[in-house]
Amino acid sequence: MPSNNLDQLYRQVIMDHYKTPRNKGTIENNSVTIEMNNPTCGDRIQLTLQVEDGIVKDAKFDGEGCSISMASASMMTQAVKGQEIDTALKLSGIFSDMMLGKEYDDSIDLGDIEALQGVSQFPARIKCATLAWKAMEKGVQNEEKS
Amino acid sequence: MINQEIKSYFPILKQEINGHPLVYLDSAATSQKPVQVIEALKNYYELDNANVHRGVHTLGNRATEKYEGAREKVRKFINANSTEETIFLRGTTTAINLIAQSYGRANVEEGDEIVITYMEHHSNIIPWQQLAKERGAILKYVELEKDGTISLEQVRAAVTERTKIVSMVYVSNVLGTMNPVKEVAQIAHENGAVMVVDGAQAAPHLKIDVQQLDCDFFAFSGHKMCGPTGIGVLYGKKALLDNMEPIEFGGEMIDFVGLYDSTWKELPWKFEGGTPIIAGAVGLGAAIDFLNEIGLNEIEKHEHQMAAYAMEKMSTIEGLEIYGPADPQQRAGIVTFNLNDVHPHDVATVLDMSGIEVRAGHHCAQPLMKWLEVTATARASFYLYNSESDVDRLVEGLRSTKEYFSDAF
Repeated sequence: MPSNNLDQLYRQVIMDHYKTPRNKGTIENNSVTIEMNNPTCGDRIQLTLQVEDGIVKDAKFDGEGCSISMASASMMTQAVKGQEIDTALKLSGIFSDMMLGKEYDDSIDLGDIEALQGVSQFPARIKCATLAWKAMEKGVQNEEKS
Repeated sequence: MINQEIKSYFPILKQEINGHPLVYLDSAATSQKPVQVIEALKNYYELDNANVHRGVHTLGNRATEKYEGAREKVRKFINANSTEETIFLRGTTTAINLIAQSYGRANVEEGDEIVITYMEHHSNIIPWQQLAKERGAILKYVELEKDGTISLEQVRAAVTERTKIVSMVYVSNVLGTMNPVKEVAQIAHENGAVMVVDGAQAAPHLKIDVQQLDCDFFAFSGHKMCGPTGIGVLYGKKALLDNMEPIEFGGEMIDFVGLYDSTWKELPWKFEGGTPIIAGAVGLGAAIDFLNEIGLNEIEKHEHQMAAYAMEKMSTIEGLEIYGPADPQQRAGIVTFNLNDVHPHDVATVLDMSGIEVRAGHHCAQPLMKWLEVTATARASFYLYNSESDVDRLVEGLRSTKEYFSDAF
């Protein structure tokens, strides 16, 4: 029964991030905490970011949700760690374009994130994939203001 | 009689989804509509549409007759004493909000209690939370038994002389549990409280008799019982409704309007401000005719059978956990479950790729999810158009889902 379409959604690298998430946990000191949920389905994420001198020094997440939401959170933390805020936000914009099925900037190496491209074919699941990115955007924007 | 012919009345079920014949297992969210209801809406708009209760003209009279005719069908359907007791509103949520804002505000005071249970839908929680906050009242929850049922002992322990309102779901949208609302109403009355019944999941599936239940209010929605969206009913005992103030003011609900003061129409219209949901009511009337023709007792029997068959087949899948009462006679056609470590969203997506539509998430019952110690579940809900072959497709789909997530990675 599982179709090619499903294989596009559940790529091996996604399941790997789901089953062995990177950067799972919380940063204790000098961090900003963002909690976000997806009220229609109950996915929940708690993201902690350590931002210093305009750079995301560390990022960790905790939460509960489906494979797509948790894998996306894992990939996101991996991608933004060590990046300047501007780059992190740019990545988030690229990711958003990718989810909407738009042409996206491929000048930056997206690494594992590229595997999530198949989600754009499943409209009901896009919100799962973007949850962690929205949390990250909120977190760095708060840091920029303060 | 429930047979395969019934399915043929539902045009939507004839399609394929993702290359597979559609198996619709989300009727607890909303039911599909038979051609009889679709035709009734079409006929109303093509032949009889006009505003009600104001025309001298023929169309106005016809529309009024259809609208009020639908009200009489509703009255019979729930065995209310009079059509004064059946108010057309948008749905169950609106009905419960009306009770809270009208009856609640007038009768609940600081320190009074409102009693609900852990298995309520958000629409039977939040209106009471808001009322309790506003009035300084206490919102109490009846604990559930381990199997997801409600015991009268727990209800007796929660309801006291300070209790003004007891509100409970008749059939749980998550556990499928059929609750002893008649007995609970008696306990409420012994303590001087009124009994509100959320009948959203009951009206589509069981014969409702509000006089026999002796509840004070009963709320339900048309769209879950083969009717259109946007129409629902609030039943209330006349003696209570008579003393309640409307919460929506404007056209249709007034008797005499002065510059600084106005008076209201009699029941039930004083609660139906604005142009009413005429087509919706007509559609609901057609849905009631349709359900009556099949027979609510037949439907209830069919649902117990579907639940029993589904539970039997699903429990052969290793790692699948079913929530709620183990006895299918104690539940309507709702089976909520989780499959191993596979998140319900993932279950629902994989099933959808095989044309099987189930619900995944918290089902608008977050306190219940907390009680179950899960964040989300998957739910298959059955109605009169479902058959054992639909269950077989579901079970097959679940087996493949399990394999897909365990073997492929």
